[in-house]
Amino acid sequence: MSSKEWPLWEVFIRSKQGLSHKHVGSLRAADAQMAIDNARDVYTRRSEGISIWVIESKLVTASDPDESAELFEPADSKIYRHPTFYNVPDGISHM
Amino acid sequence: MSTKNIEELEKEFQAKIDADIKIEPNDWMPEAYRKTLMRQISQHAHSEIVGMLPEGNWITRAPSLKRKAVLLAKVQDEAGHGLYLYSAAETLGLDRESSIDDLHSGKAKYSSIFNYPTLSWADMGTIGWLVDGAAIMNQVPLCRCSYGPYARAMVRVCKEESFHQRQGFEIVSLLANGTPEQKQMVQDSLNRFWWPALMMFGPNDDNSPNSAQSVKWKIKRMSNDELRQQFIDVTVLQAEMVGLTIPDKDLKWNEATGHYDFGAINWEEFNQVIQGNGPCNKDRIDARRNAKENGAWVREAANAFAEKRKKKELTH
Repeated sequence: MSSKEWPLWEVFIRSKQGLSHKHVGSLRAADAQMAIDNARDVYTRRSEGISIWVIESKLVTASDPDESAELFEPADSKIYRHPTFYNVPDGISHM
Repeated sequence: MSTKNIEELEKEFQAKIDADIKIEPNDWMPEAYRKTLMRQISQHAHSEIVGMLPEGNWITRAPSLKRKAVLLAKVQDEAGHGLYLYSAAETLGLDRESSIDDLHSGKAKYSSIFNYPTLSWADMGTIGWLVDGAAIMNQVPLCRCSYGPYARAMVRVCKEESFHQRQGFEIVSLLANGTPEQKQMVQDSLNRFWWPALMMFGPNDDNSPNSAQSVKWKIKRMSNDELRQQFIDVTVLQAEMVGLTIPDKDLKWNEATGHYDFGAINWEEFNQVIQGNGPCNKDRIDARRNAKENGAWVREAANAFAEKRKKKELTH
């Protein structure tokens, strides 16, 4: 146990109040608290953040890039979901 | 499940690269692309880590508290750069532990520049100015590299490097305008670091067999010689501004090419240093090995503490 490799953690930083946490990278740490402490040193040396989330990388489920065509195609074909699909007569404003 | 054959996959891959679409960790990629990147990124990470040593040499002897704080911050940045890069390499399947073991066994390479000794305080200035300056030249094009995690790591690194270069040039400029002894010290430092800094860009283009493929994959955006020339062109002027002399009697502005002509680089020296025979290769690797061995108890304690904390949480 003593020589076991520390697990990998994904790090998310909120850069300022009002913005969401954003993925910035990953690091290794023995546990969650250490991952937060290390993330402070590795990713916020220049005031890049006011809040840190960490999650063990192995817990992340990702979509399969090979299936991204099928997965995202339905959105591509529904252009009527965008406001620019519609014609608005000249002279109409505030719309 | 993909039913495409390898040729189709390779064709699609190259089409993505040609269209400047970034490759991300789970995307299909040719094995050779993965291997090239793993080698390049881990070498780059090793360079950042080994690069802490020549400067670490002067932390306790910095001439003022301000310079000590700055140097500490810079060395801490280099550690951070190493960590971003190891993480980027891990997204390709690199095993961090064995990669570090490869560095310690001499199997993995790192930048030749860190095998030169730092003999005077002026070297802290010269390293920031020339070594970090050359690193920036190399790294700015890498911010547009085709592999997403590497490119993103480089964006962070480049932002931080510019502080490194400026603090170095400030030291150089102060010494160059100081007492005759100080000026002599910084000129001596430039004399020692100029040629090794030029070697940082790697072999000449016609001796760099893997470059063409890397350019095709957009891992490399500019050739070794182009980057070296760019570095010389901007640095000569900086040296003139502070009254220092570049140690190259063949250095001359060429009106026709719009670049500086420069003397022959001693590639024999470069090859010797790369092969492990530079002035400090052994010291650097010994220092890394000792750090790992002597720090083993810290890692073990962290594991034990994590276990203890976990048990406590479970009983609450």
